[in-house]
Amino acid sequence: MSANLSAILYLISGVLFILALRGLSSPETSRQGNLFGIIGMLIAVTVTFLSVSNFSSGFIYVLIFLAIGGSIGAFIAYRIPMTAMPELVAGFHSLVGLAAVFVAISAFINPEAFGLGTPRNIKLASLIEMAIGAAVGAITFSGSIIAFLKLQGIMSGAPITFKGQHVLNALILILIVVLTFYLCSTQSANLFWILIAVSFLIGFLIIIPIGGADMPVVISMLNSYSGWAAAGIGFTLENTALIITGALVGSSGAILSYIMCKGMNRSFFNVILGGFGATEQSSSSQNKEQRPVKSGNADDAAFLMKNASSVIIVPGYGMAVAQAQHALREMVDTLKKNDIKVSYAIHPVAGRMPGHMNVLLAEANVPYDEVFELEEINNDFANADVAFVIGANDVTNPVAKTDPQSPIYGMPVLDVEKCKSVLFVKRSLSPGYAGIDNDLFYKENTLMLFADAKKMTEDITKNL
Amino acid sequence: MEIDPFIFRLSIFILSIFIGYYVVWSVTPSLHTPLMSVTNAISSVIIVGAIIAALSGSDGIIFSSSSIFGFLAIVLAAVNIFGGFLVTQRMLAMYKKKKKDK
Repeated sequence: MSANLSAILYLISGVLFILALRGLSSPETSRQGNLFGIIGMLIAVTVTFLSVSNFSSGFIYVLIFLAIGGSIGAFIAYRIPMTAMPELVAGFHSLVGLAAVFVAISAFINPEAFGLGTPRNIKLASLIEMAIGAAVGAITFSGSIIAFLKLQGIMSGAPITFKGQHVLNALILILIVVLTFYLCSTQSANLFWILIAVSFLIGFLIIIPIGGADMPVVISMLNSYSGWAAAGIGFTLENTALIITGALVGSSGAILSYIMCKGMNRSFFNVILGGFGATEQSSSSQNKEQRPVKSGNADDAAFLMKNASSVIIVPGYGMAVAQAQHALREMVDTLKKNDIKVSYAIHPVAGRMPGHMNVLLAEANVPYDEVFELEEINNDFANADVAFVIGANDVTNPVAKTDPQSPIYGMPVLDVEKCKSVLFVKRSLSPGYAGIDNDLFYKENTLMLFADAKKMTEDITKNL
Repeated sequence: MEIDPFIFRLSIFILSIFIGYYVVWSVTPSLHTPLMSVTNAISSVIIVGAIIAALSGSDGIIFSSSSIFGFLAIVLAAVNIFGGFLVTQRMLAMYKKKKKDK
């Protein structure tokens, strides 16, 4: 296949990837978008096969390894529960990162195959691109592994901080730049290996200080990194499809990180420097005396809801942990039978990744037009009779609006307290992730329901 | 003076960042999780490089030091491609349901 023809086909595949993302602008067009993505991938892979001229027996092995990876991927995709989506995405990011590292290593060992020069005499531009691709890929890999372990609960979600952490990280980043510089001037293989090893290390170090609830930002950021790694390799291979995709994914992840940071009213650097929630407990919450709360049972909750004409549900990460989405949907069905209007309010950072709650509700067959974003629904709380908070906490805390001393001051929150009554499902009075007390617990119109989210929801349904 | 082809690729890259910027802002927030899984799948187009690397062995040598890395990268990228697209499809299928008429 001529180089020009394959370049055009790679371009088409890049365009199809753009359309794949474009399709996600609405649920109706999204499935078609995904199909475009698959077609784009098929084109890219086929063109690569056709443009590699030597149809040696290695070709068979490529298909075998493709089939092995493909069946593992398909198996995971069908078996994974929707609540585990954040872990899955983090795991997948690590694979992209590692693949980028492997391709870069291969290109470094055998540059002739890629038309980049000869070993120890690689074209300067290619070497720089290769080094960037490998370094970013390695950071993506080790960072995603840590994110995966934290999300999976194998590693504690608590931030790991130590003295001089930021200085150490800064030094390592400088070291990476220096190593890249010397790699380019000496073409030394040893420097290349050291560069990759140090990049693995820094990926690990930058994620450990970041706490569990900041994971939406981390996953989005790693998503972005995986894109930049792909783009770096794309420049090395002079492949348009990879360059376009890398740019798309890189900017996509960056935008998602920005949206998540805005949802918490924190700067990107504040999140990345980490340690949030580890040190803030002391100030305001501990010297407060025990304040009275009203607590109730499923019967009381059912009574309140039965007499309501509109109910707004506020789900959070706790709902995912308790796997309560199906029970919730059954409760809502019962409410609807009684002609009660029900809608769902989703905070941008609810859950452990962007859009996490929406997927869980969709899984439980909640129609997506009953689910609203913060700006869409926040004014409706004042007119609603009951707010049912299930597994959310900090995102409902009115302190963010009233107390400038609070660490979450200025964060956009759902105006849950404006409802006539608030039902708050929670296991105990313990503060949320930010380590601060939620004023909502002590409001006159709040009824605390101390129980497991799933069990409580089922009990309410029985009492309705 | 001739323009270095690198500049053309850089142009594509920069323009694609802008396309990505505008396209992703138009993605509805409720589909942000599928967005992440699909971007993950498409970034695995890196398999293109993996295939070239895997077939780089010459003179009948299939498993050279460089091609082994290529084969490994193929497995990793293939997990992502199949896993990413299929899980996205699975999620998007759940968003199908329209509001029932009472």
